[in-house]
Amino acid sequence: MLAATTTTETGARPVRAGRRLRLPAWLGTTPFLAYVGIFLLLPTGIVVVNAFRNPSGGLNLSSLKLLFSSTTSSYFIGSFQLCLISSALGAVLGAILAYAIASGDPDGMVRRLYIAVSGVLAQFGGVTLAFAFLVTIGPVGLLFHASWYYSFPWGIAVIYAYFQVPLMVLVFLPAIDGVKVQWREASESMGASSWQYWRYVGGPLLTPAFLGAALLLFANALSAFATIVAWENQIAYIVPQQIYVAINSEVGLSNVNEADVLALGMIIMVAIVMTGYVLLQRRAARWLR
Amino acid sequence: MRSPHRYALAALAAVALLAAGCSSSSSPSSSSGPNWATVSSAAAGGGMSKLIAAAKKEGTLNVIALPPTWANYGAIISTFEKKYGIKVNSANPDGSSQDEVNAVKQENGTAAAPDVLDIGMAVATANTNLFAPYQVSTWSDIPAAQKSSAGLWYQDYGGYMSVGYSSKFGTITSLSQLLGSKFKGAVALNGNPTEANAALNGVMLANLAEGGSPSSIAKGVSWFGKLKLVGNFDSVQATGATIKAGTTPVVFNWDYLNLPSYVGVSNWKVFIPSGAVLGGYYAQAINKNAPHPAAARLWEEFLYSQATDGGQNLWLAGGARPVEQSAMTSNGTINSADASKLPPVSGTPVFLSQSQATDAATYLAANWAKAVG
Repeated sequence: MLAATTTTETGARPVRAGRRLRLPAWLGTTPFLAYVGIFLLLPTGIVVVNAFRNPSGGLNLSSLKLLFSSTTSSYFIGSFQLCLISSALGAVLGAILAYAIASGDPDGMVRRLYIAVSGVLAQFGGVTLAFAFLVTIGPVGLLFHASWYYSFPWGIAVIYAYFQVPLMVLVFLPAIDGVKVQWREASESMGASSWQYWRYVGGPLLTPAFLGAALLLFANALSAFATIVAWENQIAYIVPQQIYVAINSEVGLSNVNEADVLALGMIIMVAIVMTGYVLLQRRAARWLR
Repeated sequence: MRSPHRYALAALAAVALLAAGCSSSSSPSSSSGPNWATVSSAAAGGGMSKLIAAAKKEGTLNVIALPPTWANYGAIISTFEKKYGIKVNSANPDGSSQDEVNAVKQENGTAAAPDVLDIGMAVATANTNLFAPYQVSTWSDIPAAQKSSAGLWYQDYGGYMSVGYSSKFGTITSLSQLLGSKFKGAVALNGNPTEANAALNGVMLANLAEGGSPSSIAKGVSWFGKLKLVGNFDSVQATGATIKAGTTPVVFNWDYLNLPSYVGVSNWKVFIPSGAVLGGYYAQAINKNAPHPAAARLWEEFLYSQATDGGQNLWLAGGARPVEQSAMTSNGTINSADASKLPPVSGTPVFLSQSQATDAATYLAANWAKAVG
């Protein structure tokens, strides 16, 4: 491979030299890099830098202590619980649904319908979602009054499942489609039972993809904000709610420094989760190659 | 002023970046005449006609966080535009007082920065270093307790904390009725009291009705705890949308935000508990680095004008109580038809001092979530 490339380069170049405008290869990536730089890296950098500064501008590590205070850790525990439960719910239900879709007709109406609906519902969040639940099963709901509606984390996790399950279907379906029918036939022709196939072939194949998708759902729930605020306005259970109070309080409790420190904590949480996602994806890709 | 809108942190950062990148700063040049950025009254700048001329020359006024349906601001802005031919840019109409101050800091020096602010008292007194001192022509008609003597801020309009409710509940005369079983999941605040001023005052209203003092909000917090315990407290933020949808049929809010015309439903009643009359006023201030310093000062003159189409009577038409109301009642400039429509109040009104408001916020930060959790 390497040798071939070298030969082509040295062999073909003199003929074409001077006739072709050669732009550096990295130029094509600049729009993407500029976009990511301005809208992701720069704000992230500002948040991290500000977390280490006091309000008057000097370097200050004491605000970081806030991350380890008991009230602050309760927000992180709340975020962790909600993300864990809603991603577990979404991953399990979504995987079952994805398997059901994959085992149907690959060009069938049902499959196309489910994928289209999943694509829409995976984006259905925020105030509209919370309001939909509020008017149907909330305290004065039209259908009935669910007593668990306002319980944290279960009530809100059920609401989150509404966008987590479809997202799981979308990200997990390609992995199931990648499992070849021949593998199942091969294991059956060697006398494996259905249980043995899943235990020794299907399960190990899909586990990395499943865990990777579950981590994606976890990160997805971590950043959801408008839904939970429209659901519960009185108590800050999770980190983004407290960041909102810290930025926005008009009764004298606003503290932008606290918001930066909390945001730094979330960045660390996301970094851990996404590192796990990348590692699992790498492993999944090895199997599905 | 209030804050029903929710931002992602990233969106905030992005907006700040855009604002920083796009805006070109235009420094108003005044070749002749006074520098309006430092003038502290119309008289000191050579009189109203000079101020009007300078403001017209600037041609634009930037306001922020003024919802058109709130205290009649829609009509106030259009009347000002028509009267002086000055274009009003209204930014982020649903923003909070803190958003206003954040915008002053982040957009400082740009042509997009807010010229004037309408803010809650906690935010006003915490940020006086951002304001330019100014005294409107009717300065002496603003009660002394309702303005900073230096003219850095001056209260503009206000009202009393009230309970608005759907008339399907009949007539409510005391807060204790709200603990009854027919109010299941029905009672809501306008926001979270650790964040929104109107909600903090809602809790303080319950506190006063329960016999608490303005210095300690504890009884109010425990009353809402009881309300939650019997299942009558709804945790969502009450808005026009939730009231129209019927999910928040009982709402604690300022009386001028609890009017049927404001919430948008006709079967809506309002009561102010006797012995718990809690007043609250917003305040005006001018950004000391306002991009349109003359227009900013003219806006204040307009808001504090006692004329029929002046700001004071326009606020009154929106159900808010203008700060010069008692002076205007004496001198006969008040629109008495509008004044008679205000909800009746019996008893001596309580106004929270700055330290009482701060103590209440501190207590809420530590105890609110526990009480209603």
